[in-house]
Amino acid sequence: MTALIFIIFAGIAVFCAINLVVQTHPIASALSLIGVMGSLAILYLQLGGEFIAAAQVIVYAGAIMVLFVFVIMLLNAGAETVSFQISRFVRYLGALLLAAFLGLISLIIQAALPRTEGVLFGTFQGTALDVGRKLFTTYLLPFEVTSVLILIAIVGAIVLARKEV
Amino acid sequence: MNFFNFYIVSLIKVAVVAFVLLTTLAYLQWIERKVIAHVQLRVGPYRVGPHGLLQPLADVVKLITKEGLIPSHVNKLFYLMAPFVAVTLALISISVIPFGPEITIGPVKTWMQLTDLRIGILFVIAVSSIGVYGVALGGWASNNKYSLLGGLRSSAQMISYELPLALAVAAPLLLANTLSFREMVNYQSGYWLGFIPRWNVFPEVLGFIVFMIAGFAETNRVPFDLPEAENELVAGFHTEYSSMNFAAFFMAEYANMVTVTAVATLLFLGGWQPPFPEPYSDVVPILVFAIGGLIALYHGLNPARRMDKFTLPATALVFLGIAAIFGLSLFVPVIKPILMALFWFCGKILILLFIFIWVRATLPRFRYDQLMRFAWIGLFPVSMLNLLATSLIVALTTK
Repeated sequence: MTALIFIIFAGIAVFCAINLVVQTHPIASALSLIGVMGSLAILYLQLGGEFIAAAQVIVYAGAIMVLFVFVIMLLNAGAETVSFQISRFVRYLGALLLAAFLGLISLIIQAALPRTEGVLFGTFQGTALDVGRKLFTTYLLPFEVTSVLILIAIVGAIVLARKEV
Repeated sequence: MNFFNFYIVSLIKVAVVAFVLLTTLAYLQWIERKVIAHVQLRVGPYRVGPHGLLQPLADVVKLITKEGLIPSHVNKLFYLMAPFVAVTLALISISVIPFGPEITIGPVKTWMQLTDLRIGILFVIAVSSIGVYGVALGGWASNNKYSLLGGLRSSAQMISYELPLALAVAAPLLLANTLSFREMVNYQSGYWLGFIPRWNVFPEVLGFIVFMIAGFAETNRVPFDLPEAENELVAGFHTEYSSMNFAAFFMAEYANMVTVTAVATLLFLGGWQPPFPEPYSDVVPILVFAIGGLIALYHGLNPARRMDKFTLPATALVFLGIAAIFGLSLFVPVIKPILMALFWFCGKILILLFIFIWVRATLPRFRYDQLMRFAWIGLFPVSMLNLLATSLIVALTTK
């Protein structure tokens, strides 16, 4: 059952990721990205990371992507137009090269990764309590550094967006 | 056998909740029209059935039989997807809302809730935060400048008001130290000094007010109904929709209202916990329904309108019957917890829903800049301060 759910949502995630690149219209791409994030959230949930899953949906799908969609709608961006012709020969050659490239990449990743035991569904301790405790003890420094980084980004955005007085 | 029981019980619960929720949504619209009408000294729906009671049914039939028009200039896929997204996400939240305590019917022990997640509160916030895509997409896909403006406003408003909403929710979570609705309600059981209920609304008055205001904005209700402002944007994001697609948007709005009020009840008003200690609280439903029945009977005997001498005694009979059922339930320990929990939970939700409608009948709409200023300069700092004060108190009082 868990394996079936994993395969379904992993498949949806991969499909949406490919769709994100293939689609020419920005709204369709943005929606595919939401699909990717939603299925990732379900994969986290399967591992037991329930808080991470909820945060993934609230922050990425619910806040960041709403902003993306908002901006795309505000600019009323149309479909991307291809200004050059791709010959059939190049297309076939490209597909071949892509397959070779992906094979090479997966080979390298497989060789570089250390041998680990398989991940089991639901073993990951991901309740809000555990995540919070880790965040404020073990990973306190990275957490604080990230928040300062975000603060800098916010101030920078305001400086850039501010009209000259 | 246990496994089998689980599926059967779950199926029954899902069927009951779905039926009751959808009926409530239809009748909520009747209640809204009636209340607004009475605020404005009109009578409201009156023709279909006694006091317009069959009006929702007529509306449903009307909406189903209308032609589902798809304008030629729309983006068909997203145009058809948008109402579906809106209504699905609006209805899904009810699955984690508990209506009452654990009950025992014969051999079966079950909670009056479809499912309890350890992150139930986050689940509701997550679902409501992606619910905006229905409105935004619908507005964009309609390819109409009014619809687009409605969709844009909706997404900007949703992003802005989600912050105070989440901060307001965080304060009671700190107090109860849980993310599950069940434990939240259990935390709020009991009484201070023997008669003041230990509800979160008393230490968190500010949080409750901010939550309700942000809840109005999240559900696109007056005074935050800018996405569908009739006199500026025709009908906003659903201008181009008709038939069941339109009904889906309509249903989503009411379902969101029910969700927001249910969450407010669970987080701040003690869920199904009665406001009075045990022996007194049992009498309240009997009194409420008996008094309602007697008032209806009195007006039925002195009819103001021609049909009142039939309709009002019938209403009185129903009310007195319910009062009798509540009275009898005091002696049946199986039914009593179910009825009491339902009465208090639904009562609180109905009062909050009435406030929603009352506000709609009373307040004018915000201007767009007022809306944004209110969120960022008013609500956000207030909810932030509230959260900081709460966390300080929690830090000082716990070891």
